[in-house]
Amino acid sequence: MLHATELLGAETYDSHGNFVGRIKEMFVEPSDQPNRVSKFLLSRGQYRPLIARYDQIGIISPGRVALTTDESALELYQPNESYLSVGKDLLDQQIIDTNGRKVVRVNDIDLADNRTNGNTELRITQVDIGLAGAVRRLLQGVVPPMAIRKIQAKLPPRKIQWEFVNLVEPDPLRRVKLRLSSEKLAALHPADLADIMEQLSPDERQGIIASLDEQTAAETIAELDKRLQTQVVENLDPGRAADIMEEMNPDEAADLIASLEPAKSKEVLDEMEHREASEVQELMRFHENTAGGMMTTEMVVVGEEATRGEVVDYIRFHEIGVDQIDNVILINRDAALAGTVPLGRLLLADTDQLMSELTSEPLLSVTPDTKDKEVFELFDKYNLRSLAVVNEHNHPVGAITVDDVVSRMRAKI
Amino acid sequence: MNAWASLTEALAAWKKRGTNLNRRSYFWRKRIAVFLAVVGPGLITSNVDNDAGGISTYSAAGAQFGYTLLWSLIPMTIALYVSEEMCARMGVVTGKGLSDLIREEFGFRSTFFVMVAALFVDLFNTVAEFSGVAEASEIMHVSRYVSVPLAAIAVWLLVVYGSYRIVEKIFLVACGFYLSYVLSAFLAKPDWLLAAHALVVPTVHFNSPYLLMVTGLVGTTIAPWQFFYLQASFVEKRVGPRQYKHARMDVLVGSISCMIIVFFIIVCCAATLNVHGLTNITSAKDAAQALVPLAGKWAGWLFAFGLLNASLFAASILPLSTAHVICEGLGFEAGLDRKFKEAPAFYSLYTALIVVGAGIVLIPRAPLWKILLYSQVGNGIWLPIVLIFILILINRRDLMGVHINSWGFNVIAWTASIIMIILTLVLIYTSVVPQAGSEPGASVHRHFF
Repeated sequence: MLHATELLGAETYDSHGNFVGRIKEMFVEPSDQPNRVSKFLLSRGQYRPLIARYDQIGIISPGRVALTTDESALELYQPNESYLSVGKDLLDQQIIDTNGRKVVRVNDIDLADNRTNGNTELRITQVDIGLAGAVRRLLQGVVPPMAIRKIQAKLPPRKIQWEFVNLVEPDPLRRVKLRLSSEKLAALHPADLADIMEQLSPDERQGIIASLDEQTAAETIAELDKRLQTQVVENLDPGRAADIMEEMNPDEAADLIASLEPAKSKEVLDEMEHREASEVQELMRFHENTAGGMMTTEMVVVGEEATRGEVVDYIRFHEIGVDQIDNVILINRDAALAGTVPLGRLLLADTDQLMSELTSEPLLSVTPDTKDKEVFELFDKYNLRSLAVVNEHNHPVGAITVDDVVSRMRAKI
Repeated sequence: MNAWASLTEALAAWKKRGTNLNRRSYFWRKRIAVFLAVVGPGLITSNVDNDAGGISTYSAAGAQFGYTLLWSLIPMTIALYVSEEMCARMGVVTGKGLSDLIREEFGFRSTFFVMVAALFVDLFNTVAEFSGVAEASEIMHVSRYVSVPLAAIAVWLLVVYGSYRIVEKIFLVACGFYLSYVLSAFLAKPDWLLAAHALVVPTVHFNSPYLLMVTGLVGTTIAPWQFFYLQASFVEKRVGPRQYKHARMDVLVGSISCMIIVFFIIVCCAATLNVHGLTNITSAKDAAQALVPLAGKWAGWLFAFGLLNASLFAASILPLSTAHVICEGLGFEAGLDRKFKEAPAFYSLYTALIVVGAGIVLIPRAPLWKILLYSQVGNGIWLPIVLIFILILINRRDLMGVHINSWGFNVIAWTASIIMIILTLVLIYTSVVPQAGSEPGASVHRHFF
């Protein structure tokens, strides 16, 4: 096994044993093979740098590379955006460890050397993020390579398998050229992804959001801290921001859009579909620290005379989202609040049981301008999971679920 | 389910009518909220410059030269603002700390040496802060064996158990306590007209004690670690390019308020110690004690209280900044918003710096004088390197985009940096070679400590 540090700066000789140059950079072409070092950049002082292809490499040892061809067989170097440079794009840069769900900094890169008919092929196997790599970086060129290897053998290794490495590339065009997939990132839990994003720079955050589908992006943005949410959405173009907002819970979307600059929030609302936009605008009327600011309009409203079976059919038929079933609200013939049905009771009830028999006691509700502190107290006192919000005519207009309460309380700490 | 129709009607009617409920964003409330959300790092960083070493130097400057050094505060404010603004801008635009950027752009080895320098210089500086605590408490008749351990524990608890928001609030309050120097200056009844005149009309004397004092003022006011701290705090506060105007205002207010405090310290000592011929003041402790018979007990006590506040304040920020720099550079997780388990290296380093820093002050007959001298020399060697890194990074278009230095700003920044570098090199030279200055000049060194 070799390390990138041992090869960068290595002296290179051609098949006649003549000195050609020093290795300045190593390139991987992910569009071709995801981990093979396919090209070596040889710098030759005042002459133009050359490229040695992987099939022109003979024997590689720390600090020394022998080519299988003559110097004249090497091409001149042309910069190419689709090359992933080991030195510039990887060493010292931050990457995402999708297995450990963390952002880490690369100290060195481990390369496996496979010898086949006189050639040596290098493949990236792991990135080194531990002390061993750090010591090697520090001592390289000062202490002989073999001595460094002896020292590092005593240090605890901290490495990440190459398949769990996700590069952070803010430029979306280059992401495509490098064939960077976001599958591994999208597979992470949105909360983990949000934690990762919080450790990156603004451009890198934008790069990650750009690579996610709308659903995942919405879930991830919802988990970010408030100031970052605003920053991330303000930097998106209005169309994309609107698509993401449509995927969010209306109450979260309303909070977020309200925190944008006025011009931007108008742009985003204009781009949103009419129904979602009006829902969000409705919620934006309310002051943040009131029940109205916390509530969502996503709820299931049914007549109190309906049976359990009818309600379940209704939910299935309209493909109502799981989050929304947290709030099952009953109304009477005057469309006034008649009760709320906890999900558990709904689950256990018989098919033909009347909904009015399933309501939780006592019948509680708040108005949109109720202070959030009172809402917290009600949730605490009655161990609520959801609470109906009604207007002055006692007509339900929204509902607050326990997760809204938790996040609002945390924001207050 | 007849109710459906009436519900929709009721809802529609309710929506159409609208409500008189509060609108979410009141223009002014929002403006102020945005500014307060950004303010902090600049104000805190600049005020920490007035640490134990700084206050001693300012006292000595006032005692020895009266009002005549006040003019240097204006160019110093400019230098402080220019250098801090560049770091603030880098933090805001790139969203990365200074040591992160050095690591990514200059490689591991450069970073390593910056980190080693940070560790040693900051450790020595921390010792200086704790000895400031010891001196201040001894003026108030409290033994250092009580005050220093208490201070160390308080500082440690504050940072380890406080979240960034709480810590920052406490720091901002500490900034307010610097006003005790304004009070003691008023109690000293200075000649305000003379002070104002000296502030705007430079009087340069070309003798070595005078020049050394100017050098000392610059050396204690602009310290390399503050750049790292400033940038990291803006990053940690998630201040984005959109709020850059506020960040810049924060840095500007910070630099000016820092210099206003320096102004009052110098005026206070000039009006009392210098007027009464007590020009041989060598430390803040001496200054506070000498103030008591001249300006009253309160002036002296306020002075000592200011010293205690400044030392404690700097003692909590210096180790914090150091831990930040080293962890960022080496790739360990860092930051006050993380818990001990998430960032063990960060918290261990922070703890070690406080324990060792406070411990050295408590060693009987420890050669504090020498340690403090080395901290000054260390700062001096480190400053040029850091300034040059900053100037290179801030002019990189691939990092900063449109926010690179303008031509004019570069001229000011390079000039200020070169002057600072020359002055600190002079300071190192005279610190290491005591006979370099004349007899009174040599005594000036002690003022820094």
